[in-house]
Amino acid sequence: MTTVSWSGEPGTSRGPGPFLSVRDLSVEFSTEDGIVHAVDGLSFDLEKGTTLGIVGESGSGKSVTNLAILGLHDPAHTKIGGEIWLEDQELISAGRGTMEKLRGNRVAMIFQDPLTALSPFHTIGRQIGEVYRKHKGASKKEARDRAIEMLRRVGIPQPETRVDHYPHEFSGGMRQRAMIAMALVCDPDLLIADEPTTALDVTVQAQILDLLKELQQQFGTAIILITHDLGVVAGTADNVLVMYAGRAAERGTVREVLREPRHPYTWGLLSSMPRLNSSVDVPLRPVRGTPPSMLNPPSGCPFHPRCDYPKLAGPELCFNQRPSISPETGHGDACYLTLEQKRELRTAKTEDRA
Amino acid sequence: MTSYLVRRVAGALVILMIISAITFYLFYAVPRDPARAFCGKICQPETLALIRHNLGMDEPLFVQYWHWLVGIFAGREFVQFGSCPAPCLGYSFATQEPVFSAIVDRFPVTVSLTLGASVVILAFGILTGMIAAWKVGQPLDKIASSSSVIGASLQIYFVGPLLAFYLVDTMQLIPRPSYVPITENPLDWFTHLMLPWVVLSIIFTANYTRMTRSQMVEQLAEDYVRTARAKGMSSRSVFFRFAWRGAMIPILTIFGVDLATLLGGAIITEQTFSLHGIGELAVRAVQNTDLPMLLGVTIVGAAAIVLLNIVVDVLYAFIDPRVRLS
Repeated sequence: MTTVSWSGEPGTSRGPGPFLSVRDLSVEFSTEDGIVHAVDGLSFDLEKGTTLGIVGESGSGKSVTNLAILGLHDPAHTKIGGEIWLEDQELISAGRGTMEKLRGNRVAMIFQDPLTALSPFHTIGRQIGEVYRKHKGASKKEARDRAIEMLRRVGIPQPETRVDHYPHEFSGGMRQRAMIAMALVCDPDLLIADEPTTALDVTVQAQILDLLKELQQQFGTAIILITHDLGVVAGTADNVLVMYAGRAAERGTVREVLREPRHPYTWGLLSSMPRLNSSVDVPLRPVRGTPPSMLNPPSGCPFHPRCDYPKLAGPELCFNQRPSISPETGHGDACYLTLEQKRELRTAKTEDRA
Repeated sequence: MTSYLVRRVAGALVILMIISAITFYLFYAVPRDPARAFCGKICQPETLALIRHNLGMDEPLFVQYWHWLVGIFAGREFVQFGSCPAPCLGYSFATQEPVFSAIVDRFPVTVSLTLGASVVILAFGILTGMIAAWKVGQPLDKIASSSSVIGASLQIYFVGPLLAFYLVDTMQLIPRPSYVPITENPLDWFTHLMLPWVVLSIIFTANYTRMTRSQMVEQLAEDYVRTARAKGMSSRSVFFRFAWRGAMIPILTIFGVDLATLLGGAIITEQTFSLHGIGELAVRAVQNTDLPMLLGVTIVGAAAIVLLNIVVDVLYAFIDPRVRLS
């Protein structure tokens, strides 16, 4: 089991630390309407061979964070601060050439919609093979053989013929398998899966998640799984990071966060999820309100406009001061309520629901 | 593929028949009598009737049209002009020469002009559009974008004489535009057509610059381009191998449509530079109420456009594997 820790000033020298370490990351986009603070002071760690689930609503900064790890933001409109360490390589300050060698090779990404994410103009085999050729210097023939091998490994039947097909000749699930094959062709150390199952139907979702788990066990790949589906996190991840308004709201192991959620936002997420063992008469309770605009995020705790208990922590605290996540390691959350208050509130909530 | 082509060609023939029928009808809807032009100043009614008979104009309209149609495939006999082998488009009322051979004589001029201009348009327009997209928001992009607006608002009959005056008369940089058959001297063919190509392509090039730029910018924001970058492909490879392919599809579509306009532009360009092409034939045929010539030019022009559009559609299938020709 890994630890997700929260520590240190940014810029401190690095000893043997976690495999991936994101420190105080901030991402700002300049738009016509002003500056969007998409990610603001986010830190997390990830160890080899484990899976971190990043959960949050649309616009909470999940995808932005991970595009920053790959360096895929347009530098002309984006300001990125903080540090991202992949073992002993810092990625934010890395040059374009370094990042191009890293992408697809040590760090790979799979996207939500495999239909639009695959080039419609090139065969599946070519798209898988060109990654291999680019990073491993393989010949055309070797790349093709490798593509066939990868397709077989992700469970595509008749890979020898499928390798020459175009994405539009594949079904949705097959496309995502091909996408995974493409991401894993160079045996990356880190795989970022941005909502890999959202565009797929439920039966295929389970297959894809199983496939990811199986491949992780084989290759020891670290996985960041971005999702808004807590069910997916529960079944797949080791650790969870709940994001709200570009910040970490809560983090911990899956067991900790799902069994004993501490942040009111996490409660909201959990109570908006249907459960098989609860009564059908109890209506689902969505988190009230809408996610805040990142052009002009709320003062203090960004969740306070949607929170039911901002007065409990003190008269002004939640409105004026931004809470930082505590404790610094292990199960932590960014909320001023004391642990006793949270426990009481949650017990009351559970009784209410049952 | 073959069955697709057969169907497309059959469809094209139907379109050409409709076009010719409408042209035929419109010509006679105009209250002018071509027979009278043959008759001279002192025109006896008997002579007029004879001329009409000789021209086949005393028969009902649809019979005349039928004869014309049959003539294309089987040839026909004229009382006045003698036999006319297939493909026969009749004889010119004005010059008495066979329409088909007149068009065949002039065709290379117009084809050279149109194809040459197409190459300039596509090569130069796409190139500047790509540069603008590559440097989007930077000075080079702004220069390309704004100069394309100026280019798009120019007119052939304005730029043509202006450039001819400066480049040919004043500075004597290039020879006066004329047509030298490519089979005779390819270099002269090229240098003598250079100016007309540039003039004809100016307004179109500008459009292709702007279209290529916007298409490239759009494609670069596509998911699959992001995937290519996430795979570690270099910016250059992403730009030229991935985004370019997608951007070319709408450009090709517009180009298919523009071919007709280009042919029309070629007619104006021919007039501007006194090139003896199809355009000149067309203008003269209208002035002389010369039905056979007018019909001939219309049908050959339409055939060229329809044919080139089939070529464009086949090219689609090569660029975009999702397009199935069936």
